[in-house]
Amino acid sequence: MSSFQSLARAMFLGFRRDRGALFFTIALPLLFLLIIGGIFARQSTPKSKVLEIGAVPVVDQIPAEMRAGIDKSLKFTKVSDRDAALEKVRKGDYAAAIEQSGDRVVLHYSAADQVKTGTVQGQLDGLVQAANQAASGRPPKYRLEGQQVEDRSLKPIQYITPGLLGWALASAGMFGASTTLVTWRTKGLLRRLRLSPVPIRSVFAARVAVSLGVALVQTVLFIGVATMPFFGLKLAHYWWMAIPMVLCGVLAFLAIGMLIGAWAKTQEAAQGVTQIVVLPMAFLGGSFFNIDDAPRWLRVISEVFPLRHLNSGMLKVLVRGEGPASVLPQMGILLGFALVATLIAVRVFRWEQI
Amino acid sequence: MPKTIVANDLRKRYGDVQAVDGVTLSVEEGEFFGILGPNGAGKTTTLEIIEGLRQADGGEVTVLGRSPWPRDPALLPKIGVQLQASSFFERLTAREQLRTFGSLYGVPDRKADAMLETVGLTEKADTPVEKLSGGQAQRLSIACALVHEPELVFLDEPTAALDPQARRNLWDVLRAINTEGRTIVLTTHYMDEAETLCDRVAIIDRGRILRSGPPAALVRDLDAATRISVASGVLSETEARALPGVDDLTDDGVSLVIATRDPSSVVAALAGRGALDGVQIKGATLEDVFLELTGREYRA
Ligand SMILES: Nc1ncnc2c1ncn2[C@@H]1O[C@H](COP(=O)(O)OP(=O)(O)OP(=O)(O)O)[C@@H](O)[C@H]1O
Ligand SMILES: [Mg+2]
Repeated sequence: MSSFQSLARAMFLGFRRDRGALFFTIALPLLFLLIIGGIFARQSTPKSKVLEIGAVPVVDQIPAEMRAGIDKSLKFTKVSDRDAALEKVRKGDYAAAIEQSGDRVVLHYSAADQVKTGTVQGQLDGLVQAANQAASGRPPKYRLEGQQVEDRSLKPIQYITPGLLGWALASAGMFGASTTLVTWRTKGLLRRLRLSPVPIRSVFAARVAVSLGVALVQTVLFIGVATMPFFGLKLAHYWWMAIPMVLCGVLAFLAIGMLIGAWAKTQEAAQGVTQIVVLPMAFLGGSFFNIDDAPRWLRVISEVFPLRHLNSGMLKVLVRGEGPASVLPQMGILLGFALVATLIAVRVFRWEQI
Repeated sequence: MPKTIVANDLRKRYGDVQAVDGVTLSVEEGEFFGILGPNGAGKTTTLEIIEGLRQADGGEVTVLGRSPWPRDPALLPKIGVQLQASSFFERLTAREQLRTFGSLYGVPDRKADAMLETVGLTEKADTPVEKLSGGQAQRLSIACALVHEPELVFLDEPTAALDPQARRNLWDVLRAINTEGRTIVLTTHYMDEAETLCDRVAIIDRGRILRSGPPAALVRDLDAATRISVASGVLSETEARALPGVDDLTDDGVSLVIATRDPSSVVAALAGRGALDGVQIKGATLEDVFLELTGREYRA
């Protein structure tokens, strides 16, 4: 075995036997996917709750063919106390309250949630119309016919997966690199290796190779789980471009981690600083919410984080179906981050603890 | 004889501590050289300058004809170093550890495994380094220094954590290596170890070499009294004082101890009186030389 190979092997074994590292790089991100992805995958728009004060014949006598449609979006609850019902609407516990005296149907609503109110109003308007027709016995002259088109909007899982994966890669890469470098220095391994004829470049190259391999495993596992029917991730045509994309991103994270590790004197300092970088980066990088919804100034700030570029590139190739060339800018930016951070890290690098 | 190490007027300062203050020494090829000194004397610092781990503030050093600073990849395969603080790859077993270090020098696994046997760790081959005892870790660290059969070996307190068996066994290993013609430089706090192993020692304190030479010569130069003790009561104090060559005398009720610079006359006289019951003769040792030179106070 060449010294590069055996160093890589030693480092890989060290990683594989580290339960903590395995948990944080593999298990925790999958757990996040399970929880966050699971919530969204299960989520449907909640029904609007409507109070029925006393008897309301238009509601009670809905024709059978309309009943199913109405039940999908509205849930009626019968009450008798009018004042209590109105109070509940005022508080926002119910979307509306409906009452009927003779031919007059009254809908009470608050303007708290206009979208919801609009839906309820429209639905009930339809009900009243239908009741009118039934009363007059004449068929309607105009009829609205709905035709569904294919749904191309991004389902939550489609942007949650690249985002969470990006966060997992960033924290594994940065924590891994920074704490490893500090451990090597404080435990004296660095000075011991300095006495061997192997160039220090090979030592770092072996560590980077192991990290890239681990990142690919993370990616495959993560995407594999997300494409299971329960989560329902649909991969776009050029999904394989995610591989070079991930490699570029991880190089950037490793370089920043090395920079922190080169600077930090203690394990605690390295972990603290890495955390200070990773957390805001995960939020502003768009890992936990869609950064495109954020105000412009926030979006501009987010550009200083490599994770932002990884996430947007991954979105493009993994789910938006854009071609390989579309992510070249992102890959270039990530490699740029990697280069700059490495150059600084080399300058800050110290062999000795003191 | 070609010189393996030539160091001239080495100096190294840490803040306001002058750790090495003008050390000049040379080690010949095939020599077994010991560096002795109290805690903080500057032994480790001197070694690390020679190994090329630290840059001296002043002075010159050549190792096998080359300068160890800056890092010289052509020199490094020829030297083997056991540092005072062991350092290993995390979570590897003893065998994996040694094989990995071996592979950095192109040593095949088979030879690495043989080295594990040499330091008596075959039974612990599959134990992670974190779970080795202090002495076992120390032996593994020594094995890592020897695995590529270097021409020149540096050992910084190699036997500090070892039990008596491991210490004797390691002595055998080191003697064997030295007999093959390889040069060994070690530091130790065990004077008996230095006396048995080293061809030459240097006693160093406060960053300076106080004395150097073969251990026996240093002891002889000390001109210290030999202590002869016999069981109390075989001889009265007055009788003892009358013996030829007695310098000093004490009797604690268990042993009668005679200090003399003429041990042969004293022993002959004791034998003539049939008073050799429980006799013990202790000559001066390297430890006496060490204490004489460096004093008896604690060092920081
Ligand atoms: N990295 C360092 N930074 C600051 N001071 C140091 C450093 N290393 C050693 N010293 C100081 O230099 C002096 C010599 O230390 P050195 O380690 O060479 O002693 P030593 O002879 O090896 O001692 P020991 O027998 O305890 O191993 C000591 O006073 C020590 O405090
Ligand atoms: Mg020391």
